[in-house]
Amino acid sequence: MLARTAENLYWLARYIERADFTARIIEVTARLAALPQNYRRSGGEWESALAAVGALNSFKASFSEATESNVVFFLTFDEANPSSIRRCLEQARINARTIRTALTAEMWQSINAGWLELKAMEEKRRGGEYSGADSIQPFLEFVKAVSLDFDGSSYRTMLRNDAYWFNRIGLYCERADNTARLMDVKYNVLLPKTEEVGGSLDYFQWTAILRAVSAQTAYHWVYRESVKPWLIADLLILRKEMPRSLAYCYDGLTRFLDSLGKAYGKQGLAQRHARNILRRIDSASMESIFQQGLHEFVTKFIEDNNRLGALIAEQYLHH
Amino acid sequence: MSKTRFFDEMNGYGETTRALYAGVADWLKKTPADILATRRAQAELMFRRIGITFAVYGGNDDTERLIPFDIIPRIVSQSEWSALEIGLVQRVNALNMFLSDIYGAREILKAGVLPPDIIYRNAYFRPEMAGRRVPHDVWVHIAGIDLVRTGEGEFFVLEDNARTPSGVSYMLENREVMMRLMPDLFSAYRIAPVDNYADALLAALRSVAPTAARGEPTVVLLTPGQYNSAYYEHSFLADRLGIELVEGHDLSVREEVVYMKTTQGPKRVDVIYRRVDDDWIDPLSFNPDSALGVPGLMNAYYAGNVTITNAVGTGVADDKAIYSYMPEIVKFYTGQEAKLGNVQTWRCREPDAYKYVREHLDELVVKEVNGSGGYGMLVGPHATRADIDEFAKRLDADPANYIAQPTLALSTCPAFVDDSIAPRHVDLRPFVLTGANGVHVVPGGLTRVAMRAGSLVVNSSQGGGTKDTWIIEDTNSNEGA
Repeated sequence: MLARTAENLYWLARYIERADFTARIIEVTARLAALPQNYRRSGGEWESALAAVGALNSFKASFSEATESNVVFFLTFDEANPSSIRRCLEQARINARTIRTALTAEMWQSINAGWLELKAMEEKRRGGEYSGADSIQPFLEFVKAVSLDFDGSSYRTMLRNDAYWFNRIGLYCERADNTARLMDVKYNVLLPKTEEVGGSLDYFQWTAILRAVSAQTAYHWVYRESVKPWLIADLLILRKEMPRSLAYCYDGLTRFLDSLGKAYGKQGLAQRHARNILRRIDSASMESIFQQGLHEFVTKFIEDNNRLGALIAEQYLHH
Repeated sequence: MSKTRFFDEMNGYGETTRALYAGVADWLKKTPADILATRRAQAELMFRRIGITFAVYGGNDDTERLIPFDIIPRIVSQSEWSALEIGLVQRVNALNMFLSDIYGAREILKAGVLPPDIIYRNAYFRPEMAGRRVPHDVWVHIAGIDLVRTGEGEFFVLEDNARTPSGVSYMLENREVMMRLMPDLFSAYRIAPVDNYADALLAALRSVAPTAARGEPTVVLLTPGQYNSAYYEHSFLADRLGIELVEGHDLSVREEVVYMKTTQGPKRVDVIYRRVDDDWIDPLSFNPDSALGVPGLMNAYYAGNVTITNAVGTGVADDKAIYSYMPEIVKFYTGQEAKLGNVQTWRCREPDAYKYVREHLDELVVKEVNGSGGYGMLVGPHATRADIDEFAKRLDADPANYIAQPTLALSTCPAFVDDSIAPRHVDLRPFVLTGANGVHVVPGGLTRVAMRAGSLVVNSSQGGGTKDTWIIEDTNSNEGA
């Protein structure tokens, strides 16, 4: 396979996953920001949304105040923000067109239809027809549906060969990054400092984290008890049954990197690095992670995950 | 605006919009009726997709109906709510003390506060429970207290639902649907969240596990099955709580211990949140024809190996004859006046009251003491002569089985019906949870609305609808009165 094809497949999956995550973050932030004052901490919900998608600095370069409307615009339709949902879908479509023949018809159509729909929404927005709080929820639903459609099409229609593996590697690498960032922003409310349940000001912060990863019900099925911050951390880091946990993502990453290694008859630094990270997760416990510091653990993970991205690029994408 | 007879949640007596509703009034003014109709259609589609349907008993054609949902919210201020909350906590504490007492020392009968036969004659009194205690003396873990409003700050209790109150899934799902469909309206308010209800319920259920429970208690929800009218709610709650939704035949009892049948063999069950009435819960103890229950469950219960929530026998406190004594009951156990008043009630068991009711049937609402769901009642002012005569015969046959109340000036709230906005009568059912650590009320509740003009019957089995209920900070309003 052309290195360029692999690179496009990999980034295509990452962009779609990122758009999905951004939509989820906007959703839960709007919910948090709408709570009465006595149910939340001192505000700053929208800054923390920007931090969770890694866009705080670029936001500050173009806006002075993190109001709801500024942040939502910046993260959805802003053409100047390279990681806005609009730009993610645009970039995904450019990547997809470049390698049209490496995609199945279903995959291409999910991306192309999504992009056309987004353009139509953007037109309406410019005409003043599609704006305000009213249009945001349907837009976010739409973004999540595009990502479901693309992901489901890839899963159902691709041959299980290197094209599929690069698609999955992109997906899991991005998802691991997203989950880790979400925790990095919220780590201060995930510390096991208090036992109080229900009455805590942080309760809605905790459930917002679960909502962002569609795990409110999953949480209860796994732990069968009320929401506790250290268990959320456990769910998002160590639990293999949780499809957005770091452990699950690295299970996927090592598996698909191994498939590549076997098919190409050559293992490399990327495989070794991914296995090291997985081993570290597998041998960790929440006690050891809290002892080391959740923030430190997550920060190190984000660095390691970035390093994996760089190694994959070196080994396969930039020959 | 012209002055109205009923207090309206949005417009008071018609002179001016209450400050709480300024945002709603503004939204209604700038939203054309066709947009409201679209929103309502979208809401209905969402409810269909989620699967919140309701089976109506005796319905032959459309057995899965949607409860009508009204898109205009009902709003209660935080200060009004705080007062209600205090009253609700007091009332539910009294209910629990009352049940401990009548199944225990019966001090209240000894003190002559209640006529004894009102207990012993009650179909929901369970002699089997006499002399037994339940964990932490909590009998009513989940109560639905129906409140009505008649004016500014005037709330009364209409009914205490202490058996298996339903409707909380509507409280939760109405909010979700509103948040999705009306973000513009939401942005005008700061609304107390309700989505911690499931967590609070799970905590309450776990807290009353028997002391015999080893390790983490196993909680299950017992449903009569998918043909029950509230099945959606059963599945919804089990899912939110992360507990198994079981039917009677999933459970079995061996040596006074309850087990559920799992793929890994029998698993011990510690707490059963049952949505099956007492009569059907154990064919060996109660109705022998019950296929919904678990043979031997009561023996496990008596042995203290399983906690049943709500406890067996709470129906006695749910009865409308007992209801009429609630102010005395609250006073007797808490030593304080009831903070939440009752609606004036005539007990037909008392000759003077019976005589009065008999002479004023066309003005009163007459109910069976342990009826529910709006069945078996007479709404005098809306009944035909023939209905009244028919009802009088039943009343004469057993006066003690009936109570009567005035037709209340129930408050109204604007509703979007057909293609316009019109006032409709509403009530409010908050859900009150009690566990080992006390009583907890999630700020909100189910507002039920009589969708027909002038109707006072809000029960979903009688065509009533629901609304989202918002408790909002007072800072949003500068209401003086």
